Amino acid sequence: MEAIQIKDLTKQFDGLIAVDGINFSVRKGEIFGLLGPNGAGKTTTLMMLSTLLKPTSGQAIVNGFDVVKHPSEVRGSIGMVFQDPSSDDVLSGYENLKLHALMYDVPMADIDAKIDHVMDLVGMKDRKDDVVKHYSGGMRRRMEIARGLLHHPQILFLDEPTLGLDPQTREHIWGYIESLAKGQGMTLIVTTHYMEEAEKLCDRIAIIDHGKIVALDTPERLRHHLGGDLVFLTGKHLDAEKFKGLSFVQSIEASNHTLKLCVTDSVKHLPKILEIAGPLEHLEVHPPNMNDVFLHYTGTEIREDEGDVVIQRLRTYTRSKTK
Amino acid sequence: MKLRKILKGIYALWYREFKVFQRERSRIISSIFMPLFWYFIFGGAMGSVVNVGGDYRHFIFPGFLAMTIIFSSMFNGAYVVWDKKIDFLKEVLISPLSRTTIFFGKALGGLTDSLLQALILMIIGIFLGIPFTLVNVPLTIIMLFALAVGLVSMGLIIGAFMESPEGFGLVSSFAVYPLFLLSGALYPLDNLPTWMKILTHVDPAAYAVDGLRGAILGTSAMPYLANLGVVVGFDIVAITIGAWAFNRMKL
Ligand SMILES: Nc1ncnc2c1ncn2[C@@H]1O[C@H](COP(=O)(O)OP(=O)(O)OP(=O)(O)O)[C@@H](O)[C@H]1O
Ligand SMILES: [Mg+2]
Repeated sequence: MEAIQIKDLTKQFDGLIAVDGINFSVRKGEIFGLLGPNGAGKTTTLMMLSTLLKPTSGQAIVNGFDVVKHPSEVRGSIGMVFQDPSSDDVLSGYENLKLHALMYDVPMADIDAKIDHVMDLVGMKDRKDDVVKHYSGGMRRRMEIARGLLHHPQILFLDEPTLGLDPQTREHIWGYIESLAKGQGMTLIVTTHYMEEAEKLCDRIAIIDHGKIVALDTPERLRHHLGGDLVFLTGKHLDAEKFKGLSFVQSIEASNHTLKLCVTDSVKHLPKILEIAGPLEHLEVHPPNMNDVFLHYTGTEIREDEGDVVIQRLRTYTRSKTK
Repeated sequence: MKLRKILKGIYALWYREFKVFQRERSRIISSIFMPLFWYFIFGGAMGSVVNVGGDYRHFIFPGFLAMTIIFSSMFNGAYVVWDKKIDFLKEVLISPLSRTTIFFGKALGGLTDSLLQALILMIIGIFLGIPFTLVNVPLTIIMLFALAVGLVSMGLIIGAFMESPEGFGLVSSFAVYPLFLLSGALYPLDNLPTWMKILTHVDPAAYAVDGLRGAILGTSAMPYLANLGVVVGFDIVAITIGAWAFNRMKL
């Protein structure tokens, strides 16, 4: 059974195409990763799937309901942890969660116990009565993740849920999120910039760039798609030209004094490569990880708006303090 | 069952508005002191030049109750804009609640704020010698309630369309000041120039002020129920437009 089906989904913001005719399906109980550089269209996609943004064209079916024709049924099936803080900082963590529980019709008798449970999970139980204004950025994030888990939706969207969290908390939260999918059949759509997490956690990963899906597969198969291991050569006299045309070299990327080659059967072909390369300062060979896959599909140049986005995000996190 | 969900949703939003209200003490204090300040300064100064055929301060007390309702109810709409700005509105709009339910929840929250402020002022009024009785107190509260319903809705309508607090401030003052100044809260409307008089006839607050004055002081241009009828009519229109505005509101 498909939890989500997307067909030619497109979103245009006066002139700018943020999401450009994407297609994919997510199975029930699957953990589906959406990776992409800043501005790729991840958040916009999640906003359309959660009915907060109207698609310019195309179709999306969430839990069997069309997001345009039956938005309230869709909203009844989903939960969302937003990328940006979306809690009321005048209220306490408990009050924010209680408001959420009431809106989602959690039975009155269960509300307090459930709040305790999820706040405990993110290590916030003893701070739940503090006003959100007094939380640190990471604590506020944790509280909002707890809020997203509170009403046990069938489909949960997590937009960079672990951004800015310490490794212990990340590990803990991911562990729980995984148990939700595996144990209770909850479907999860996750965006993250932590490649390792995505690789470990996701059943399948879609890489999105400039609003288009550029790759979609299991993490393992995505790594295999690169066609070999990565060989990094560092030296003063390297010449990329010399490696061109070799049958076992799948791709070449040069940056100052370093060449990055993707090589099939690296063990067998390494001597030949070293011979061509000449004297080296440094040599590294490793099988591709998700980071390599990501860079392969989306290129290495930094997106122009990346700096702005980061600054803007820091601003949103500190805004509550300056209110 | 479905109704239970709706009521729970309304309660949820009211719960939040009320918590915010409780925490913002400065707002409560200023909203009570502003009318009192006007009452003594303005009442003292104007009382010496205006002849209303009685104690001027008693004459304007119903006006000050209306004034509190007008300003606090309309101001309440600013919270919608604020919610957009802090992204809190996303959390509300993504819930399964319908937009109409959200509108009613917010309206109820604003209504509570406004009425509580007016009630505190009424209690102060007792000490100022305003002739409250067991009969006119409920009539006063009903009229204040009716006025607040429409004005809270108006504030929410403006809030739904505005994107910045500045925009809200500008548009809402364009609505608030004519409503207030043409309501007859501060001076009798009988001697106004004709064009202004015509405008007072389309000001729902003028009917409320007349009704309040009738209830509390026993002098009014129209019978209480007629005034109430006009204000309730205004409420129905404002609620309808408000629910519509929330349904088409974008983030
Ligand atoms: N409301 C909006 N109006 C205009 N343009 C927008 C709007 N929201 C997003 N965009 C643009 O759409 C594009 C995709 O943005 P989106 O937020 O979906 O990126 P993202 O993949 O989530 O990036 P990040 O990793 O930084 O969160 C960007 O170019 C962005 O500037
Ligand atoms: Mg994003």
